[in-house]
Amino acid sequence: MADALLKVTGLEVHFPIRSPFLRRRTGTVRAVDGVNLEVARGETLALVGESGCGKTTTGKAILRLIDPTGGSIRFRGEEIAHHTPRQLAPFRRRMQIVFQDPYASLNPRMTVGGILAAPFEIHRIGDAKDRPGRVAALLRTVGLPPEAARRYPHEFSGGQRQRIGIARALALQPDLVIGDEPVSALDVSIQAQIINLMRRLQAELGLAYIMISHNLAVVSHVADRVAVMYLGRVVETAPREALFFDARHPYTQALLSAVPEPVPGGRRTRRVPQGDVPSPAHPPLGCHFHPRCPHAMPVCSQEAPASRIVSPGHAVACHLVPA
Amino acid sequence: MSAAIATPEGQAARVWKRFRRHRLALAGALVVALLLASALFAPLLAPQDPTLLDTALRFRAPFTDWRFPLGTDELGRDTLSRLLHGGRVSLTVGLVAMVTTVMTGALIGIAAGYLGGIADTLLMRFVDTMLCFPQVFLLLVVAAFVPPTLLSISLVIGLTSWMEVSRIVRAEILHLKEQDFVAAARALGASRSRIMLRELLPNAAAPILVAATLKVASAVLMESYISYLGYGVQPPLASWGNMLTNAQGYFDTVPWLAILPGAAITLTVMGFNFLGDGLRDALDPRLRMDP
Repeated sequence: MADALLKVTGLEVHFPIRSPFLRRRTGTVRAVDGVNLEVARGETLALVGESGCGKTTTGKAILRLIDPTGGSIRFRGEEIAHHTPRQLAPFRRRMQIVFQDPYASLNPRMTVGGILAAPFEIHRIGDAKDRPGRVAALLRTVGLPPEAARRYPHEFSGGQRQRIGIARALALQPDLVIGDEPVSALDVSIQAQIINLMRRLQAELGLAYIMISHNLAVVSHVADRVAVMYLGRVVETAPREALFFDARHPYTQALLSAVPEPVPGGRRTRRVPQGDVPSPAHPPLGCHFHPRCPHAMPVCSQEAPASRIVSPGHAVACHLVPA
Repeated sequence: MSAAIATPEGQAARVWKRFRRHRLALAGALVVALLLASALFAPLLAPQDPTLLDTALRFRAPFTDWRFPLGTDELGRDTLSRLLHGGRVSLTVGLVAMVTTVMTGALIGIAAGYLGGIADTLLMRFVDTMLCFPQVFLLLVVAAFVPPTLLSISLVIGLTSWMEVSRIVRAEILHLKEQDFVAAARALGASRSRIMLRELLPNAAAPILVAATLKVASAVLMESYISYLGYGVQPPLASWGNMLTNAQGYFDTVPWLAILPGAAITLTVMGFNFLGDGLRDALDPRLRMDP
């Protein structure tokens, strides 16, 4: 991809497990274990996987809210994986996040006006006189009345709060917004509103999104490309149509078969993987999925599969696919 | 905005409703209000000059002479006037010490809780060290080197009693800092001081307010204690503590000289403690009782 806005290579986030006594390191949780991702300007990449697969940690590491222990994060061509807070300051304006829980992500002791003015205060944009105007403009962008600025977060519904969270993320006119399950805490009827708002803003502002989600139905609406994560690694990356109609990785196939059919008695047979997701503190050798894979071969338990290109933009990390 | 669940006024009203049910807290608030008013207007309320001596009028019993409603002491000074002026001193020391305590404790607690790691370890071990010494011992050591003025006494009391506050605040911050609104502030590039003072501190206001109220009570008690031991407020300036000291030689013959300042101290400490308990119950949603 020539015009990559973000290029993540071999990203690792390992957390130490420390003993309660003397805090000695007794193990490592490999939450993110060699993730490769690319996001082009203006596109939506969906990052899907089960709970605990490391998708949120990946998102937070890209934003440098969690420090990566290895790998590279290039944003607009510049390596930011090891930047100090001071060096990161200009990138904070370009990358933002919308959180899953709209109740915890807004400071309960600040008015909405205070919350939305914070980005301008932190980056010294404009002065105290023009901030109310900027806040009102942001509120209008996300479909809330300007009077909302005087109120506190608890006075709003979940969907309204998520609009406030989106407004905050947009305040600094970023290039990339990471949505960490931005609709999964909302009522189904509200989910569509927020998804549509985010799509409209993407078209108007030329945003790129990384949509972190476990909900393939949501993903099928918004994503240009989809990356599937399993136990700290990306197992398959593909354009949306290719992923939904030509999934190659057994884990992706299992995930797709678990999506509820809109018509009862649909044709697909469910292929639910056996057993539970192994602990990221003790990931299996070789391919992380092999203990649950219906097609596992001897090589799968010895060698981690490299990523193979199936078609342009469609990459799979599986020994079943010929290299 | 049709989806308004509760307005800020609604929140304040809920707090007031919970507070009002707490009878002792209401009584405490009333006592505290009366004490503050009497301290504020002591020069107007006091029937006599609290330092005026008249050895001809020593040891008048209370309620025997309309000029000295609560009697006179061993030097013929009016007890009521001394109680009122002494209350002024005690409450001033209590409030200044409380402000010192809360500011020190809150800053150390926030820094330890938010920064974590080595800063947390160093600050909390310092707290542990301070707690190893009895406060009175610390007070007396410092009092031996610092000339006792109202300000120095208040600061010394404040700087030897902030440790609990810092622990309370640290615990609150440890819980708060994991919330997404802090991550959002970090993603926006907010500085650590901005996050600590603008995002975290206002959310820890409730436990800080409760601790502040209770700290007034303990500071008043501490002031009486060191004044009683002679290291605090110096004569002829009246304080409840040094009134007790003066009274101790006559405890068997003129007991009211000790009982009156003792009762004033007890009333003040109880008033602030009940008020603090009521505030805790009203403000802490984890202790919320069903309405």
